[in-house]
Amino acid sequence: MRNWLLPEYIEDVLPAEAARIEMLRRRLLDLFRVHGYAYVIPPMLEYLESLITGVGRDLDLATFKVVDQLSGRLMGVRADTTPQAARIDAHILNRQGVTRLCYAGSVLRTNPDGLAHTREPLQVGAELFGHAGVESDVEIQRLMIRSLQAVSVNDLHIDFSHVGIFGSLVKQSHLSDALEKALYAALQSKDQAAVKSLSADLDATTRDALCSLTTLNGGMDVLTRAAALLPAHDEIRQALNDLRFAGEKLLDLGVDVCFDLSELRGYHYHSGIVFAAYAQGYSGPLALGGRYDEVGLAFGRARPATGFSLDLRGVVTALPPAVQEQAIFAPVSDDPALQEKIASLRSAGEIVVQELPGGAEHRLELGCDRRLEKQGAGWQVVAAPELKN
Amino acid sequence: MITIALSKGRIFEETTPLLAAAGITALEDPESSRKLILPTNRDDVRLIIVRASDVPTYVQYGAADLGVAGKDVLNEHGGEGLYQPLDLEIARCRMMVAVREDFDYFGSIRQGARLKVVTKYIKTAREHFADKGMHVDLIKLYGSMELGPLVGLADAIVDLVSTGGTLRANNLKAVEEVGEISSRLIVNQASLKLKRTLLQPIMDDFAGAVERRKRA
Repeated sequence: MRNWLLPEYIEDVLPAEAARIEMLRRRLLDLFRVHGYAYVIPPMLEYLESLITGVGRDLDLATFKVVDQLSGRLMGVRADTTPQAARIDAHILNRQGVTRLCYAGSVLRTNPDGLAHTREPLQVGAELFGHAGVESDVEIQRLMIRSLQAVSVNDLHIDFSHVGIFGSLVKQSHLSDALEKALYAALQSKDQAAVKSLSADLDATTRDALCSLTTLNGGMDVLTRAAALLPAHDEIRQALNDLRFAGEKLLDLGVDVCFDLSELRGYHYHSGIVFAAYAQGYSGPLALGGRYDEVGLAFGRARPATGFSLDLRGVVTALPPAVQEQAIFAPVSDDPALQEKIASLRSAGEIVVQELPGGAEHRLELGCDRRLEKQGAGWQVVAAPELKN
Repeated sequence: MITIALSKGRIFEETTPLLAAAGITALEDPESSRKLILPTNRDDVRLIIVRASDVPTYVQYGAADLGVAGKDVLNEHGGEGLYQPLDLEIARCRMMVAVREDFDYFGSIRQGARLKVVTKYIKTAREHFADKGMHVDLIKLYGSMELGPLVGLADAIVDLVSTGGTLRANNLKAVEEVGEISSRLIVNQASLKLKRTLLQPIMDDFAGAVERRKRA
């Protein structure tokens, strides 16, 4: 047995990178805190039914399952924290007004996922419950942008869509479930040829509208084109107005705002605006979010909801390599003046490593670039290039 | 920089006129050059030459922004992380089930027999037979599928058929269509969003060229 091997798509995060990820995690949680988002720590696993209802409906196959030895029931390891936040809001906190929650923790997926192609994304996110208007979407979107900027991802590209547009077309022309599913898949891959052949038997207005969705992507002008090309249902008009409102509210953040109306991610549970953040150097979305009203119903109480999450392991993939923070070397000594100096440096946030007896041979492994040196009665920090690895 | 992934042979040859319509010409011929990255007349466009079945992978991971891949390859890949906006209508053929001349395919289906099938296209074949409610055992081969039924390795094959010449030469007959195949322009999702101003004109030129060829 090679006991040191890890399962596929599962990895250790080693010192320099782990330190950076933890620093970024703290930075994000601090940002959420000052925005009024309360931190929650949902359990790593719970009964399967609670994890794969509502927002989690697509997650059945992505969820690792175990049998609870106490109750004999099936439990799942969370593959997404959002259903847990929705459960906490709907049934545990039971507030009537707006609830803002945030979380940060590992989730497990049966298949590798996302930018880091890992089965263990480190999911950090924020959710806002209890407000149905586009203003709360904007609040969440702005928080998502600030979060990515806080972890030094710049030149963001925010991509918007609204699942209500396709939903309204489906409803108006009473499409069968099978056709709806096939069209959904074709639109997700912008497969115009497939959309055309699938909608061949539909009325001309719906057919043209569905085909035009595959090309309705680009800047603000997309909304104007969409208003001309899509049928003027109230729902569609409202969706386009909300998109314009949200898009304009982000311009002051220095991001590139675009629209892609064939994007239907999470169509089964999303109910309004959906959005994603992209940036140069990343081959997929960095952060995803959207509105998912009514999902709380599965937990006894329907609540309007919107939120976003990102995978910190994915975010760091395109950042410059993490650099190990350099420490100060302290020699073996029980001089009280040295102990006092070390304590004061540490309380100022410096890393001070005191050598243990017999450690001289492997000194270079300590990662120090300065040393404490006795000068008169006191100890001073001096540069120590000889300790640099 | 835009990177376009293509495979050698038929796809490269039939994509060349489409690239020309977008003002892009390869400066070297992949058949004679050993280079895997080919420069073009445009400084901001390069071609990479990869195996046909690898094209979707390069595009999915963002190693290439655009690619040309057959629907057969895309079905096997699953199309995750890709847009397939344009049917280029090149490299056309059909994916078929074929059996030996003397084999009663439909009779064996009626009996509910479990068929042995050799194919390179495991996923496509699995879905096709599952949709029909047929039980099959799939055996993966990488080439010369036609040999399978002749040497008793399998009852049927699932493979691409363009003229049917190879089937006839080996006493096989096509009995069922799995699907029509042609090549698609595929695009990395993030690239389309981040490099839209560069990619959209190329995609429009491709679409225009396909449309013109259809009318001609």
